[in-house]
Amino acid sequence: MDKSHLFEVYEDLDKRNVVLSFKGDLTSDLLTSILHVIEQKLDRYNEPTPVKRKVFNVLVECLQNLYLHSNINEQEIKDKPSVIVMVAKSDNGYNILTGNVIAKESVKLLSERLTNINRLTKEELKQLYLETLTDGKRSSKGGGGLGFLEIARKSKQKLEFGFVPNNDKTSFFSLNVKITQ
Amino acid sequence: MENLIIKGEAKTPTIDFNYSNGELVISGRSIPENSIEFYKPIIEWLESLKVSDKDKIVLDIKLEYFNTSSSKCILDVFKKLEEIKGVGKDASIRWYYESDDEDMEEAGQDFSAIIKVPLELITVEEL
Repeated sequence: MDKSHLFEVYEDLDKRNVVLSFKGDLTSDLLTSILHVIEQKLDRYNEPTPVKRKVFNVLVECLQNLYLHSNINEQEIKDKPSVIVMVAKSDNGYNILTGNVIAKESVKLLSERLTNINRLTKEELKQLYLETLTDGKRSSKGGGGLGFLEIARKSKQKLEFGFVPNNDKTSFFSLNVKITQ
Repeated sequence: MENLIIKGEAKTPTIDFNYSNGELVISGRSIPENSIEFYKPIIEWLESLKVSDKDKIVLDIKLEYFNTSSSKCILDVFKKLEEIKGVGKDASIRWYYESDDEDMEEAGQDFSAIIKVPLELITVEEL
């Protein structure tokens, strides 16, 4: 990458009102730092407290989803694939965008899950959240199947998502969560 | 029985469980990636409280943020309080939230609907 290309990337991000972007490996400490940076930015922009809380809450869940699920079968893929995170200002709030590489076999299930979440009303989302909260199931990594439900409840908007085939074994999963005032 | 004190950090709450007066407080932020590990000693402490001679326990939840990994653990904490109440002790929860924090208010209502321990919602200007 030459220096003019890097500037193009910078300008493109700037045009899209990206306030934070990161591509690489997500560690627990980095996750803490990203949250800290965003909190400071939201303070500096004098965002109303409800917006700050929602952006923070959704970002926590999005980052922790990436953190817990980006570790796909490391035997098949030599290097742990990096993740991408962006927080961008929109006309009436913020967009939180995340992307990570997932195993091709996971696409169908994940797609169905998110499509189903998008079909639910506010009340149905709450019911499913409560059912999942009380189901007693835990993954070894500490996840409880509540992340996307929480994101959908907090965002109050449809989750935008997509899958791009990466190679014969993996796909790139992208998620855009909108937070509005 | 000893008190349980854990200092809060960037992603974990302050735990101030006072055995002598039966006042237990969880405050700050609870957003660790894996909350099971963090909440383990808390659940264990509550288990010993169950068999102690303390007969009145009040748990104050004063959380600014909690993630979904923590929500199942918070439910586990509340379930322990149910057990404590089940052995004939007086156990109750006070759920504090900032007056403009609708999500935290709703979270308190959600928990209140699924647990069998009295949960009082208390609104404050600032936590």
